[in-house]
Amino acid sequence: MSLSGLFLLIFLVVHVSINLLALLSREAYEAACAFMDTNIFVQIMVPVLALGFIVHIICSIFVTLKNQTARPVKYLVPNKAAASSWASKNMFVLGVIVLGFLGLHFFHFWSKMQLQHILGHDGENAYDLLVALFSQWYFCILYIVWVIALYFHISHGFWSAFQSIGANNSKWLPRLQLIAKIYAIIITIAFISIPVYFFFGLNNCIWIKQIALLIFD
Amino acid sequence: MKFKLKIWRQKNAKAEGRFEIFYIDDISPDTSFLEMLDILNNNLISNGKEPIAFDHDCREGICGMCSLYINGRAHGPDDDITTCQLHMRKFKDGDVITVEPWRSAAFPVIKDLVVNRNAFDQILQAGGFISVNTGGVPDGNTIPIAKDDAEEAMDASACIGCGACVATCKNGSAMLFVAARVSALAKLPQGRVEAAKRAKAMIAKMDELGFGSCTNTQACQAECPKGISIEHIARLNREFLCAKFKD
Repeated sequence: MSLSGLFLLIFLVVHVSINLLALLSREAYEAACAFMDTNIFVQIMVPVLALGFIVHIICSIFVTLKNQTARPVKYLVPNKAAASSWASKNMFVLGVIVLGFLGLHFFHFWSKMQLQHILGHDGENAYDLLVALFSQWYFCILYIVWVIALYFHISHGFWSAFQSIGANNSKWLPRLQLIAKIYAIIITIAFISIPVYFFFGLNNCIWIKQIALLIFD
Repeated sequence: MKFKLKIWRQKNAKAEGRFEIFYIDDISPDTSFLEMLDILNNNLISNGKEPIAFDHDCREGICGMCSLYINGRAHGPDDDITTCQLHMRKFKDGDVITVEPWRSAAFPVIKDLVVNRNAFDQILQAGGFISVNTGGVPDGNTIPIAKDDAEEAMDASACIGCGACVATCKNGSAMLFVAARVSALAKLPQGRVEAAKRAKAMIAKMDELGFGSCTNTQACQAECPKGISIEHIARLNREFLCAKFKD
């Protein structure tokens, strides 16, 4: 559970880094997509990544079902222990939300890009897909809700994974919790920046392009 | 002070239980929670009714016998205390107080508020000990132990085995209890030798007895009357993983 979680946390960094290239320019994003489609290491990692997801999901179902049986009679007055964060108590529900939207995400992007490549077709242009999808306000909101659920999931999952493999003590607990929060905030903002950028048509905004050019050239 | 008490009554382990309402007044704010229950039981007995069964022993917070889930918190609305150390001044006059037994598949209710915590003894029997005779105090003192280690071991040894961690954990996990034992022994040279074996045996027993798995919600350390930290759970996880790798 913790090891697959840590693996998926690394994947998120890779994923969001490539997404951010879309903010830079169409060319940069398309080049990154082409790289991901052809690089041999990436091709090897794709099934490993799928396995990571499957292990994480199966473990979580197993643990949750087992934990459900540990208290057959519930309390009349529920526990109000302030120390447990809301996220930590709702990891499974948050995971289900993330997984549900992941299905949608697959339908919107993966099935139109990667799957087409696997089948030997050309697939749609990744950048055009972004522009088309994120011009719809309801899809933007759906996407942002999804990423916020992901925020809560990883803000607990990050430090919890270290605790579960024993890489923690009283000194590192607050540090890891802080790093978890910072990591989750950065990932969340980075993911949310994509729909916001395209919804408000900032990709057509000339001065933003110029700033980007100034920074990266 | 006056209170309305909503208390779980259950004739025996097999009978179906239910909440019963009791009214009590003329309680001094300095009465302890268990004394308040004593007064209530006295009243019940003089009215020819069956008194409420609840666990208690030393009444000074060191035996771990008293339990009770009071208004949604193990050992009631105060931090770092057992129920016998809880006083009625922590409640407001006229409060409704709900008293439930520990709820866990591994701690079946025997009667009213009394639960069978034998599962903890079984976990200890699985590995919470040192197999050889390590001598008396003078023998112990011949082995120098770093102060930090001694203190950490001592913090973990503060566990009184009351079961508040299990009662509080949303997964009914006994990880804090097991971790406290494993940590207390692993930090000392006499216990270090069997640390890996101990962690494996105790965790296997815990799983077998129907306790849940830890999901790091930190609720246990918030309700532990001895303030035992989840850093000990991290050590238990470490010992367990190392033991598994060595296999």
